[in-house]
Amino acid sequence: MSLREQWVAFMTILRKEIKRYLRIWTQTLLPSAITMSLYFVIFGSLIGSRIGEMGGFTYMEFVVPGLIMMAIVTNSYANVVSSFFGSKFSHSVEELLVSPVANVVILMGYVVGGVSRGILVAIVVTLVSLFFTHLQIHSYFVVIAVVLMTSTLFALAGFINAVYANSFDDISIVPTFVLTPLIYLGGVFYSMDLLPEFWANVSRLNPLVYVVNAFRYGVLGVSDVSLPVAFGMIAFFTVAAFAYSMHLLNSGKRLRQ
Amino acid sequence: MIPALTIENLSKVYDNGFEALKGISFEVKQGDFFALLGPNGAGKSTTIGIICSLVGKTGGRVKVFDVDIDVDFPAAKRYIGIVPQEFNFNQFEKALDIVVNQAGYYGLPSALARERAEKYLRELGLWDQRDVPARMLSGGMKRRLMIARSLIHEPQLLILDEPSAGVDIEMRRSMWTFLRRINEQGTTIILTTHYLEEAEALCRHIAIINHGNIVENTSIKALLRQLSHEVFILDCAESLPEAVALEGFVARRVDDHTLEVEVQKGQHLNQVFAALESKGIRVTSMRNRANRLEEMFVNLVEGAA
Repeated sequence: MSLREQWVAFMTILRKEIKRYLRIWTQTLLPSAITMSLYFVIFGSLIGSRIGEMGGFTYMEFVVPGLIMMAIVTNSYANVVSSFFGSKFSHSVEELLVSPVANVVILMGYVVGGVSRGILVAIVVTLVSLFFTHLQIHSYFVVIAVVLMTSTLFALAGFINAVYANSFDDISIVPTFVLTPLIYLGGVFYSMDLLPEFWANVSRLNPLVYVVNAFRYGVLGVSDVSLPVAFGMIAFFTVAAFAYSMHLLNSGKRLRQ
Repeated sequence: MIPALTIENLSKVYDNGFEALKGISFEVKQGDFFALLGPNGAGKSTTIGIICSLVGKTGGRVKVFDVDIDVDFPAAKRYIGIVPQEFNFNQFEKALDIVVNQAGYYGLPSALARERAEKYLRELGLWDQRDVPARMLSGGMKRRLMIARSLIHEPQLLILDEPSAGVDIEMRRSMWTFLRRINEQGTTIILTTHYLEEAEALCRHIAIINHGNIVENTSIKALLRQLSHEVFILDCAESLPEAVALEGFVARRVDDHTLEVEVQKGQHLNQVFAALESKGIRVTSMRNRANRLEEMFVNLVEGAA
C-alpha cells in the first residue's frame, strides 16, 4: 500500500475509534468528569482545607495535576483495552487482519484513538477543576509533551492487555489491581517528601511517580523527581511498550492461529 | 494465464499437535468457480484461513495471482475478498459504516468507498438497511452484508466459506444469481459448502479434502462421470404389484405407487422406460434418490476414511 493509502487506513481506524467512544459518551467521558468532581470536592475542598499547604501550594492546587493525569492514564488505557479486546471478541479484528494495512498503522490507529480520549477527558476534567481552583501553567511544552507521551504509553499498555486477554474479566484485572494502586501510590495525593526514605525509594520504582511529577512540574513548576529522569523513564517505557506491541502484531500471537 | 491461486505442499500443525493439513496442493484457474468440499474438520477453513492470513502455515507455499504470500502478503491480500463462515463484524455498527470502513482499510478514498458501498449494498438488496445496526439484520442480510464488505475493494479472487449457512431457499437462490454474475464478470470464486447441490449448481471444478489431504481434484462433470450407478425414484400412476422385476435393472418397490430403480453406468433411461412399458407401468414423475454429487462425495470421503 502507498503512504497515502496507509494514511486513509489510519484515519479510518481513528475515526471509528472516536465515533465509538463518542457514541457511548455516558460510559466513556462522563464517569471521569463525575469521579474527578468528587475528588475535587472531597480531597480538595473538604479535606484539603484542613491539610494546609503541600509543596508550597494549597492542597487543591497540588492534587489537580495528579487528578488530571489520573484521568488521562485510565482513559487512554481503558479505550484501547476495551475497543481492541471487543474487536477480538467479536472477531471484527479480522476485518483489519485480512486487509493489506500495515501492522504499525493498525497499532497507531488504536493508540491515537486512546490518546484522543485521554486528552478529551483531560480537557473536561481541567474545565471542571477551574470551578474549584485557579490553574496557571508553568510550562506548556512540558504539559503537552507529558500528556502525549503518557497517553501513548498507557494506550500501548492497554493494547498489550487486550491482546493477552481471553475474557472481559481479563481486561478489568490490570486496571483494578495494578493501575489503580500504582496511580494512588504515585504521588497524586501526597508529596514524596512525606514518605520515610525507604518508602520514597520504593516509590521511585513506580512509573506513575514520574508521570505525575513531570506533569505537576509542567503545571506548578515543582516535582519530587528530576524532570530529565522523568522524561527518560516515560520515553523508555513508551518505546518498550511500542516495540512489544509490534512484536505481538507481527508474530500474530493470540490474534492469528 | 497465471493461476488465481496456487497451493503447493501446504501443511499446518496447530499448537496442540493436531495436523490439519498434510501437504496439500491444488490450483485454481482465473475465472473459475471452484468448490472446496470436505466434512467438518477436514481442513477447509484452515486452508482458507492461511490464504487470507488468519492462520499461519507450518509449511508449503501459497501464491495468489503469482504473488507469494511469504514475499509480499499485503500485495496478495489486495486480490482477495473473504466471506467467512461466522459473522465477524461489529454488531453495533451500521451496515453502511461496516462496508465503508472496510474500504478504508484498503486505502480507498472516502468518495469512492461510499460510491462502491452504495453499489454493492443496492445489488445485494441492503441499501434500505444501510443505517440499521448490524445486530438488527436477519441472518441472510448479515451474510449478504459480509459479501458486500468483501467486494468493496473489487477483489479478483472471492472466497466464500459456507455462504449459504442459515440462509433461506429464496435468499440462497438470489445469492447464487449474484455470484454467477460476478463470476461471469471475471471474478474467480472459491466456495466451501455443505450443500452439495450448491456446488453442483455453481461450480465448474472441485477439490475434496479429507483428514488434511486432497482426495479428489477435478471438474464437476468428470467427477460425476465417475459415478458407477444412479438410483432413481419413480412415482407411478397405478398401484404396483407386490414384486416388481425389471429385466436388466435392480428395482425395489418402496410403496404402492413408488418404485426405486438402480441404473448402472453405461445403461440408459430409455432402457428403463422400455422395461417399465413392457410391464405396463406408467410413470408420472421421477427424481434422483440423492444428489449425484452427494453420492460421489460420500463415496470418496468414506473410501478415504
